[in-house]
Amino acid sequence: MDLYEHQARELFEEHGILVPRAQVTDSPKRAREIARALGGRVVVKAQVKTGGRGKAGGVKLAADPAAAELTARQILGMDIKDHRVGTVMLAQPVDIEDEFYVSYVLDRAAGTFLAIASAEGGMEIEEVAASRPEAVARIPVDPAEGVTSAKAAEIAEAAGLPARTVDVLVRLWEVLVREDALLVEVNPLVRTKGGRILALDGKVTLDDNARFRQSRWGADDVEHDDALEAAAAAKGLNYVKLDGGVGIIGNGAGLVMSTLDVVAGCGARPANFLDIGGGASAQVMADGLSVILSDPDVKSVFVNVFGGITACDAVADGIVQALDTVRLTKPLVVRLDGNNAARGRAILDERAHPLVQQATTMDGAALRAARLATTA
Amino acid sequence: MAIYLTKESKVLVQGMTGGEGMKHTRRMLAAGTDIVGGVNPRKAGATVDFDDRAVPVFGSVAEGIQATGADVTVVFVPPAFAKAAVVEAADAGIGLAVVITEGIPVHDSVAFTAYAKRKGTRIIGPNCPGLITPGQSDAGIIPADITKPGRIGLVSKSGTLTYQLMYELRDIGFSTCVGIGGDPVVGTTHIDCLAAFQDDPDTELIVLIGEIGGDAEERAAAYVRDHVTKPVVGYIAGFTAPEGRTMGHAGAIVSGSTGTAQAKKEALEAAGVRVGSTPTETAKLVLARLEEQRSLTHG
Repeated sequence: MDLYEHQARELFEEHGILVPRAQVTDSPKRAREIARALGGRVVVKAQVKTGGRGKAGGVKLAADPAAAELTARQILGMDIKDHRVGTVMLAQPVDIEDEFYVSYVLDRAAGTFLAIASAEGGMEIEEVAASRPEAVARIPVDPAEGVTSAKAAEIAEAAGLPARTVDVLVRLWEVLVREDALLVEVNPLVRTKGGRILALDGKVTLDDNARFRQSRWGADDVEHDDALEAAAAAKGLNYVKLDGGVGIIGNGAGLVMSTLDVVAGCGARPANFLDIGGGASAQVMADGLSVILSDPDVKSVFVNVFGGITACDAVADGIVQALDTVRLTKPLVVRLDGNNAARGRAILDERAHPLVQQATTMDGAALRAARLATTA
Repeated sequence: MAIYLTKESKVLVQGMTGGEGMKHTRRMLAAGTDIVGGVNPRKAGATVDFDDRAVPVFGSVAEGIQATGADVTVVFVPPAFAKAAVVEAADAGIGLAVVITEGIPVHDSVAFTAYAKRKGTRIIGPNCPGLITPGQSDAGIIPADITKPGRIGLVSKSGTLTYQLMYELRDIGFSTCVGIGGDPVVGTTHIDCLAAFQDDPDTELIVLIGEIGGDAEERAAAYVRDHVTKPVVGYIAGFTAPEGRTMGHAGAIVSGSTGTAQAKKEALEAAGVRVGSTPTETAKLVLARLEEQRSLTHG
């Protein structure tokens, strides 16, 4: 899960990293009060989980509380790269002397975390990394050792950061480890004219797998912009809404991704990604079908299952069960192969629903589902 | 021969007495795997009957190794305990630990893969279906009856895509199929498997299955170009998949790649790997490539 800037800011503060004074609101009137409390002059920042906020006009300086209210009104509700701005953060401006970049990120290739640091922080760090890689230090961190003061000093020196950043580097590593984060990034980390080191903006990605041991996770933390996605999540389904007309259900992320590709290759667009996983029960199948059938964009549905651990007769039972609870209004193409496939096909043959048809190959089934969607 | 797993492998199961462990131990035994014991400190000394075979339960991996000479462990323990289980296995000096468990926190995977490497233990997984050397041994949850022994080596991130290709090519058969797992950090990579298959006299052709995210396939492509002389056929899933979560600026900086299916396909093709556009087409490419190979050798 990606955190909002203000959540990352709070996390940094809890771990003893200096951050600007700031507060979050979804109300322009409240923005005026906050600005007054912060001394009048504030930076108004859109809270969205995407980059390029500044360029999109989502970060603005307001000279006084009245301007803060007006600016908050402009920014709230704004659309930044398909993210609607629901809250703004108002922060005390900082007198910046220098801007740096620091992050810890998972290096998948090495299987460890990597410290990335540069004395040239700010918005264009990717360009710096591409055009002058020598300006960006990359130091692997031994997971058994972590970032000690000595390690932090090594990182700071390699990147040409002032010695006073060492403490921040150590604390930032604590954030990464204690919060089970996959990424902590501060950009920019600034030195103020007064010489203080402040985290001005941050990005934190938490590891979904660590939910069971992190109290910070709440049920309301995962947001779904889409009603169908919310309904699927409520049923514990791994579902992503897409913009085409062929509903897709399959087992295993790899096979489902492959199914989307094969359908697209037949000239139709998939309506969704839905992985019912290994060992999927009849109930999961029925839940998945009911979500997909409630999508008005869906013209046909393709159920693509290779029974490895999942037994195809259980999948067929699920389809039959769904047919009893959901009124099937769209044609369903089913391809069952692998574990208990013959039994699964027989169950569907016996049910003999006029809108359900079976295909023996994945490519053949995809073509049929694609045609049904484009001619419907 | 095969890679990593043969009929000589003596296999322990950590978490054997749990629901998934029981179910899959029974399947592994049916596939011919030499399961020599389970590990559960609370049930040490017990035996578990699987149809016609009684499997002893040991209190620790070290005891299991001492009593049986086990050299492989398959880990089914829940995510919260997986790190401790793998560290224990590595400390006991096991050669191969196959970690099936899904949902292990990445910090734990980072810690135990680094630890195992130091101890000389190979990790396959986590979050993987395991590996199978058809006709010899099956360590994990790959169904054994999909395919037969043969001369294709297969390495894949995805379980069900592995099954699909095993099924499409069931008449040719496989030397070993390795599901390396889809987590960001895995103990054994595409490259490790490519190197092992290249050295395996029983493997004639290698199938490499990848999917979007990270740059493992791009690195595998570079490895193929420089080190693999056997034919390689590839498949990449995820051309139309929704854009995944980006890892801030740092992700792009680290990988130096966009991680898209297109980028991976291009990298593989540039290295001389033929890449199928569907699993079925991939299987056809394999057949064609084997045909060419054989006519070269014999004609």
